[in-house]
Amino acid sequence: MSAPAARSPYAPTGIWVGIEAAGALVLACLWILPLLFAVWAAFHATEDTTRFALTAPLTLENFRRAWEAAPFARYFLNTFVLVTLILVCQFVLCTLAAYAFARFSFVGREIAFALVLAQLMIMPDVLIVENYRTMSRLGLVDTIPGIALPYVASAFGIFLLRQTFRTIPRELDDAARVEGASALQTLWKVYVPLARPIYVAYGLVSVSFHWNNFLWPLIITNSVEARPLTVGLQIFSSGDQGVDWSVICAATLMTSAPLLIGFLLFQRQFVQSFIRAGIR
Amino acid sequence: MDRRHFIAGTGAALGLGLSRPAWAQAPTEVSFYFPVAVGGPITKIIDGYAADFSKENPSIKVTPTYAGTYQETIVKVLTAHKSGTPPTLSVLLSTDMFTMIDEDAVSPFDSFLKGPDDQAWLKGFYPAFMLNSQTEGKTWGIPFQRSTIVLYWNKDLFREAGLDPEKAPATWAEHLAFAEKLTKRDGAGNTTQWGTQIPSTGFAYWLLQAMAIQSGAILANQEGNRTAFDDPGALEALTYLVDLSRKHKVMAPGTIDWGTTPRDFFERKTAMMWTTTGNLTNVRNNAKFPFGVAILPANKRRGSPTGGGNFYLSKKAKPAEQEAAVKFVRWMTQPERAAKWSIDTGYVAISPAAYETAAMKDYAAAFPPAAVARDQLQYAAAELSTHENQRVTKALEDNIQAALNGSKAPDRALKDAQAEAERVLKPYR
Amino acid sequence: MTTRARDTLIGWALLAPAMTLLVAFTHWPALASLIESFYSTARPRRPARFVGTANYEQILADPVFWQAFSNNLLYAAGTIPVSIALAILMAVWVNDRIPGRTFARVAYFTPTVLPMIAVANIWLFFFTPGYGLLEQITGAFGLPSHNWLGSPETALAAVTVVAIWKEAGFFMIFYLAALQAIPPVLAEAASLEGASRWTFFRRVQFPLLMPTTLFVLINAVINAFRMIDQIIVMTRGGPDNATTLVLFYIYQVGFSFWDTAYAAALTVVLLALLGLVAFVQYGILERRVHYR
Repeated sequence: MSAPAARSPYAPTGIWVGIEAAGALVLACLWILPLLFAVWAAFHATEDTTRFALTAPLTLENFRRAWEAAPFARYFLNTFVLVTLILVCQFVLCTLAAYAFARFSFVGREIAFALVLAQLMIMPDVLIVENYRTMSRLGLVDTIPGIALPYVASAFGIFLLRQTFRTIPRELDDAARVEGASALQTLWKVYVPLARPIYVAYGLVSVSFHWNNFLWPLIITNSVEARPLTVGLQIFSSGDQGVDWSVICAATLMTSAPLLIGFLLFQRQFVQSFIRAGIR
Repeated sequence: MDRRHFIAGTGAALGLGLSRPAWAQAPTEVSFYFPVAVGGPITKIIDGYAADFSKENPSIKVTPTYAGTYQETIVKVLTAHKSGTPPTLSVLLSTDMFTMIDEDAVSPFDSFLKGPDDQAWLKGFYPAFMLNSQTEGKTWGIPFQRSTIVLYWNKDLFREAGLDPEKAPATWAEHLAFAEKLTKRDGAGNTTQWGTQIPSTGFAYWLLQAMAIQSGAILANQEGNRTAFDDPGALEALTYLVDLSRKHKVMAPGTIDWGTTPRDFFERKTAMMWTTTGNLTNVRNNAKFPFGVAILPANKRRGSPTGGGNFYLSKKAKPAEQEAAVKFVRWMTQPERAAKWSIDTGYVAISPAAYETAAMKDYAAAFPPAAVARDQLQYAAAELSTHENQRVTKALEDNIQAALNGSKAPDRALKDAQAEAERVLKPYR
Repeated sequence: MTTRARDTLIGWALLAPAMTLLVAFTHWPALASLIESFYSTARPRRPARFVGTANYEQILADPVFWQAFSNNLLYAAGTIPVSIALAILMAVWVNDRIPGRTFARVAYFTPTVLPMIAVANIWLFFFTPGYGLLEQITGAFGLPSHNWLGSPETALAAVTVVAIWKEAGFFMIFYLAALQAIPPVLAEAASLEGASRWTFFRRVQFPLLMPTTLFVLINAVINAFRMIDQIIVMTRGGPDNATTLVLFYIYQVGFSFWDTAYAAALTVVLLALLGLVAFVQYGILERRVHYR
C-alpha cells in the first residue's frame, strides 16, 4: 500500500480496531467459505466430502480424476487467449470510437452515439440465435475469434472512455496539433496516458466478465481446441448421475488457481495502480 | 466444425461429385455429438470406440464430440442444424424424436435398412425401447444408452428398522409401510433419516409417469399429439407422491433435487431412492454399505417408462455420410459392445443378445442388480414424448412441483397441466 | 476542406471498426429479433407467417413470463443494493489499518475469479437439506431443517445470495480505489470541525464515492438481468418457476422449446426494459458530468 503520510483522524482506535477487525474477518470467512469447502472436498475422498472430520485421510485422487477427464491445460490456454484477444481489441476499438465521439463534431454523431448507447444494455447473451447464424456464415463457429467477436465493440468501454476524454482539456489537444501531431498521434500521446485509470478499471471488468462467461461460449464452441474453461467445467455438472462434489472442486481449484495466486501475489500492486489512477 | 474438418469434408464431397476418381482417398467424415451423463472417463471410452471403428473401416473417419448434458447436446445439434452444418450423427433423448421430426432435422433409418439382415438387426432390440424410436411407421432413432427407473435400497438401514434386508417393497402399500418404519426423527422432531426419496426436479415428469403407469394411466398417445394428465390414474400417482411427503412425512418436504439424490442415498439421508438404472455403476462405486436394486413397486400393476438416449441421423448430412454413420451405429450396437457399454455405465443393454454374451453373463452372475433393469423391461412403457416435448413436460413438471409445495391440490395441478398441454398440442392434430 | 468535413471524415474513420461490429452483432440481430417477433415460429412443416402482435399478446397472457418478470425485479432489488452496500462496507474496512487486512481483501475478491458455473455446484451443497453446510450449521443450533432450494419461499432468496456473494467483492475493488483517492486533508478538516465518523462518511466520503457508485450501478443492473449461470446449475428455474428469471426464460423458450419467434418477442421486451434503464442511467451520468 502507498503508506498514507499521516494516520487519518477517522482511523479506528482502541477497541474499535478490534471490533472492525472482527467484523471484517467474520465477513471474510463467510466469503471464502466456498473456496475453503472446495479445498476440503478436493483433497478428500468422496465419502468424506460432507463430513468435516479433521482425521479424514487426504488424497490427490480427485485431481487425478479431474485431470484425466478433461484437457484442462488446453482449456486454460483457450481462456487466456480469449480474454487477451478480447481485451486488446476492445482497447483499440473503444479508444478510437471514444476519441471520435469526444473530440470530433462530425455529421451523424448524435445518431451514431445513440446507436452505441443502445448496446449499453443489450447483452450479446440475449442475441444468441441470430449471432450464431452470423458466425456460421463467417465460418467462425467453434473458433476463439467466434467467441470474442460479439463482445469486441463494447458500448460500455466506448462510453466510459468518451466521458474521460471529454474531461481532458482541449488546450493539450491543440498544443499537440500545433506541434504537427496527427489525430492518431495526439490520441496516443495525450489521451491514452491520461485515461490510464479507466483502462485499468475497464480491463478488470472485461477480464472478469469473459473469464467467467458461459452461455455464449457454450453455444458457439464444440471442440476442445476452442472450448474455454467454463464450458470445460460443465463436464462435471450435474447430469443423469448426480453431482460429485470432490471432482468438481478439484477441477475448480485447478482452473482457478493461476488467477487466484496471481491476485494473491499482485494484489498490492493491483489495487495501488487503481488508486494511483484514482477511478472516479 | 473447424477448418480441418471443413477441408476434409469438401474433399470428400468433391471426391463423390467427380465419380470417385482413384486419387480421392479422403475418408468419409462422420461427425458425432454425444452427451455424457456419467462423468469424465466415459468420453475416453467413446473416443476409443471411434478409433477402433476407423481402424476396421479405414474409409470412414468418426469424429466424436462430447457436447455436454442431453439438454446442451440438443441445443448444439439444433442450432447447428438451423445454421447449416449439423453433426452427421448424434445421441439425444429418445423423447426428442418429435422435436427432431418437427424441426425436419432427422432422417429415418429405414432407407438404409433394405436387406433382411438389416431388418433382423432392427428387430433385435428390446421392443420397449423401440416405442420411443418409431412413429408414422418409420424408425427415427436407434437405442443406445437406455434406462428405466429402479428402486435402490440400503440394506443396513432396512436391518436397523427391523425389515428384511433382502426384500424390497413390492407394492405401493408396502413401499409406504417400509418408508414409515425407515423414517427416523430425533427428540426435537427433526427428521434425521427419510424413508424414501423420489426426485422432483429435472425428470419429475418421468418419475410421476412411472407411478401413473403403475396406476394404469397412459399419459400420451403414440402420435404424440394428445396427453391425459387429468386421467384418474395420473391423479392417483400424484396424490401418492404428494402424500408421501406432506401427509405421511416419510419423504423430505419441498422439491427434491435430481442431482443430489444419489448423494442423499450415500449419506444415508434416505433409505430408498427411485432413480435411473444409469446410476448403477455410480452407486456401486460410492455406496459404502450393502445395497439392493429392485423393480419399482406396483399399484394396479408394475411399470416404468423407458428413458435415455437414441442415435439420430442428420437430415442435412450427405447420403455417403449418412450411410457411413449407419454402419457405425450398427457397429456400436453389436451385442459385445452393448454389453461392455452397459457394464461400464449401468445403462440397460439394448438387445437380448447383449445379455447372452459371456461378458454380460459373468457380470450379472457376480452382480445380480445388473439384471434388474432388464427384468423390468417386460413391464416397461414408452416414455412421455409429444410434439413440443419440452414445453409439455415442463407444464407437467411445474405443476408436480406446485403440488409438492402445497400451492396447488393434486387434481388442480393436473388439470392445469392438461390445459396447458392441450393449448400447445392443438395445432398438431 | 472545411473543418466539419474533415472532422466527419476522421470521425467516421475512427468509428468505423467499432461501428461495423456493433451493427453486425447488436443492431442487426436486435432488428432481426424485432422482425421475427411479428411472425410465427417457422417449422419445416409450417413456414413462418405474419401474425402481427400475437406473440406480444401471448406474453401479456403468459403467467410464466409475469412470474419471471416479478422474480427478476425481486432479484435485482435484492442483489443491487445489498451488494453495493456490502462492497462499500468491505472497502471501508480493508481501507483502515486493521489486522488481517490483506486476508480480508483477498477473501472478498475470491468469488470474482471462481467461475460461477463451478461455484454454483458448491453452493448447491451449501443449500442441500440434511447434510449441506448450512444445515450442518443451523442443525448445530437446533434449528429445524429446511429445503432451501426446494421451497418456493426461499429458492429465489438462495440464488440471490449467490449473486450477492459473487458481486460484492468485485465492486469492493472500485470503492477501495476511490476511497484511497480521497485527499487526507478532507478528513483532517472534518475532524477539526468535530464531525463524527458517521457524519464524515455520510457528508464527505459517500458523496465523493458517487461517481464510483454510478459506475458500479450500471454493472450491477446489467448483471441482474444477465446472471443466470447459477440458476442453470442450481434450480433450472424451479420449483414451479420460483427462480425463473427473464433471460433464463428466453433461453428456455428459445433453446428448449425452439419457439424462436416467441423468444424473439421476449427478447424485444427485455431489450426495451433494459433500454429504459439505460436511458435513465445515462441521463444521470450526463448530469453528473455537467455538474462537474
